Amino acid sequence: MSQPVMVSGTISAQVPLPEERWTYLNNVLQHPGPFTEPDYDANEVADRMSKMKLLVIGAGGLGCEILKNLALSGFKDIHVIDMDTIDVSNLNRQFLFRHSDVGKSKAEVAARFVEKRVKGVKITPHNCKIQDFDDDFYMQFQMVVCGLDSIEARRWINSTLVNLVDEENPESLKPLIDGGTEGFKGQSRVVFPTMTSCIECQLDMHAPRAAVPLCTLATIPRQPEHCIEWAHIIAWEQEKPFPKLDNDDPEHITWLYKKALTRAGEFNITGVTYSLTQGVVKNIIPAIASTNAIIAASCCNEAFKIATSTNPSLGLEENYMMYSGNDSIYTYTFKHEKKADCPVCGNLARDLDVDPNLTLDEFIQSLAVRPEAQLKKPSIRSEAKTLYMQSPESLRLKTAANLEKKLGGLVVDGEEVGVSDPSLGAVDFKYKLKFSKSFAATPVATRGSTTGNGTAA
Amino acid sequence: MTEVITDPTPPILHGPSDKEKKYDRQLRLWAASGQQALEDAHILLINSGSGTVGVETLKNLVLPGIGKFTIADENTVGQADLGVNFFLDEDCLGKLRSECCVRLLQELNPDVQGNWFPKNKNETIEQLFDGTMQFTMILYTAPITRARMELVLKYGQQRNVPVISIHSAGFYSYFHINLPGNFPIVDTHPDSTATTDLRLLTPWKELSHFAASLTDNIQSLSAHEHGHIPYVALLLHYLAKWKEEHGTLPSTYKEKTAFRSRVASGARTDTPEGGEENFDEAVAAVLKTISSPGLPSSVREVFDYTPNKMESTASFWIIADAIKQFYNKHNTLPLPGSVPDMKAQSTVYVQLQNIYKAKARQDAAEVLKTVRSHPRGKDINSAEVESFCKNAAFIKLIRGSKSSEASPTNIKVLAEREFENDANAPMMAMPLSLFPIYLSLSATTFYPTSDASDIIGTIKNVFPDAASTPRVVEAAEEVARANGGELHNISALTGGMVAQEVIKIITKQYIPIDNTCIFDGITSRTQVLRI
Repeated sequence: MSQPVMVSGTISAQVPLPEERWTYLNNVLQHPGPFTEPDYDANEVADRMSKMKLLVIGAGGLGCEILKNLALSGFKDIHVIDMDTIDVSNLNRQFLFRHSDVGKSKAEVAARFVEKRVKGVKITPHNCKIQDFDDDFYMQFQMVVCGLDSIEARRWINSTLVNLVDEENPESLKPLIDGGTEGFKGQSRVVFPTMTSCIECQLDMHAPRAAVPLCTLATIPRQPEHCIEWAHIIAWEQEKPFPKLDNDDPEHITWLYKKALTRAGEFNITGVTYSLTQGVVKNIIPAIASTNAIIAASCCNEAFKIATSTNPSLGLEENYMMYSGNDSIYTYTFKHEKKADCPVCGNLARDLDVDPNLTLDEFIQSLAVRPEAQLKKPSIRSEAKTLYMQSPESLRLKTAANLEKKLGGLVVDGEEVGVSDPSLGAVDFKYKLKFSKSFAATPVATRGSTTGNGTAA
Repeated sequence: MTEVITDPTPPILHGPSDKEKKYDRQLRLWAASGQQALEDAHILLINSGSGTVGVETLKNLVLPGIGKFTIADENTVGQADLGVNFFLDEDCLGKLRSECCVRLLQELNPDVQGNWFPKNKNETIEQLFDGTMQFTMILYTAPITRARMELVLKYGQQRNVPVISIHSAGFYSYFHINLPGNFPIVDTHPDSTATTDLRLLTPWKELSHFAASLTDNIQSLSAHEHGHIPYVALLLHYLAKWKEEHGTLPSTYKEKTAFRSRVASGARTDTPEGGEENFDEAVAAVLKTISSPGLPSSVREVFDYTPNKMESTASFWIIADAIKQFYNKHNTLPLPGSVPDMKAQSTVYVQLQNIYKAKARQDAAEVLKTVRSHPRGKDINSAEVESFCKNAAFIKLIRGSKSSEASPTNIKVLAEREFENDANAPMMAMPLSLFPIYLSLSATTFYPTSDASDIIGTIKNVFPDAASTPRVVEAAEEVARANGGELHNISALTGGMVAQEVIKIITKQYIPIDNTCIFDGITSRTQVLRI
């Protein structure tokens, strides 16, 4: 168990707070309502709450709100993980941070602020990545609340929590509550790992933006974004104006902006601005305080109901709330069904249509962009053999030769493969490869010479 | 040929200002114009009760940089406040709550000015309405006295100031927007997928000629050229052929799917990919673009409305009338002029874009001419007319709320309608009405600690069947359980929703609710109703 380190000078003598402080929480904790389960026991709930330990992932726009809300929901022991430091562009919504905090750890500043403001709550910050912790660390929490901006981190914690479930041990099932926002829109969802639809089951609801083909960037740009991507991907690599691209360095962004602007001029394309350049290069998602407030509070309301049983929560039936504030207010609360062929929580391998004439390398590239896979650095094993390993280096070298081979020569139609990607956790994604075309077993050496029709741009 | 239009003023090479850096993530939503409107605004919160939902709303407005805010609240800070309100601390106990909240809110953004009321024991909140202070918007929370509520609403009507009432208790909340007059919006930010308007069924001369020049000898084009004909030109080409063969353009669903197959069959398959991307795009665009859009009902509502004398001098109504005349003459709205990205050579795409832009400019010029002929149209900014023309299909009118509309009779009619819908809800797989929550909460506006039977008794005044309607009884019990107290999560969530609405109204961007939003924290649902 982790023991919080006492900071010198803090007074640790706990003076109990007057019970009057929790008047409003007690209204619902001590009085069941018409929708509360009949066997509700206020004493048992109070006891449960006092022992509960929660993990918050992310101390950004959502995370700041989540920490505040959980502290004022009566949770006493909260851990928070965030590897980021505070940037000036966070200050329009991440309300636990001040200008003087720029550059400091988000987790540490947020934890200190909420502890100071709300007496009686203990918040333990972890200024690191979620991948730095092992299963034992995650086992100590009763619930995990996520306010993340990365799909990858969500998938990692999701697969970790699914893998943690041991049917013999009810304590091993940790509800996962996840929020996300973009502009005036957002969603909150509750996952009971292995029991209900998980983040991976819902992956196709969050398809990545389609990438612009490289040949468009290189030869036929039409949009200001194409010119920026060209500067970002092609011109930077060719000219290497600085040793390493730093998205947060204004000098680097200015270089890309000027390049993009010149290129846009050559093609009579208008609309390249500094702000757009920054937006495209950093993949900036608009974010405002009010939407974060809505989604974070929705997540914490569900966490509170799950922890206290004061009212029914999202989870077993409806498990997903969509919110949109663009045109009036529209919410849609529904049940996302668990998928039997979910690579993380299902038992069946998922069917994947593939062209057997693709090389293994092409197949691997395609896994990154397929909405239902989104695997960026996958290692692949078939039932019979290891096809490609990203690491360790010795295995990568040993298997690299397979990259040029055609899929049809490596696996048979209908064969099951296991795909793993360490950035997404220890899970093996199971796919059953279905050939969409017949396999033309052309030897690798003569590839390309049979069509004689040039290559794709 | 159309002229090639280049941007006359290349942007200046400079990085963002400090303010642009701080507000970057929101400027991408409402731009500098919206930000300016926020910075010019002054919000008054009349706070009461457990006092959290209004303060949470203000937090979400102070952070993005509202100009000024004032909190009016005569309560002093007690123990219970510290368990629900984040913008109070131990040092505040026994002090004036308005002053303490202002102090801790103001820390969030040094660019915002906060003020509190009353400053001394002799001041009463009613003095705020003597006319010395100007407010952009007023928020008040329940509980409140009837006299104070009526004073605020009257002030809002007289001074043309929107008033939002907010009520959060236990797991429930609602808020109600009183707009003193009609509220028209031009910059509604429709989803980009909804805005494509290519006029493929009614191409004008320049577009037809350009498209034909790309497809004249389509069979003999090289693989590269054939694969880069923009889909707009492909569809115009096949539409012309279809008309030659059928005499009319495809109009029914069946004809359109047949037309789609026809387009698909034009793709060459002897390519390395076995098809052509531009043809794939054309096929995908058929159902969406081969239709005459008709006049959206929200635009029809604007056209049908007769502005009153005061409204009719506003630029919105003068431009709307000019666009109506344009529509009556051409049976179509002005062209927005944007072209979605599509597979094409750069030069061809830019030429196509310019053809659409030129036509949009021509349409806007015609509207501007009508505007100028109006006695008060001389001073209207031409940029405003252009922006109106670009958004013409998406303009929206939210009707003002007259307090008489929330009369007991209206509540009764609304209740009957909602419960009738509920009877069919399971069959339609529709969620149940949240109106019982509104009825129960609003029954405690003046008496926050009412018990369930008091609440039902009050509801009976407007809805006699209350006691025998289980959903009303349950809602009343749940409201009584909260005993007038807020739960932080529900108030934080409601404060987020109210802040979004305040921003939408102040910036005149996006579309605010009309006019009441009810939130159920048990089922995690909202419902918007006009009450």
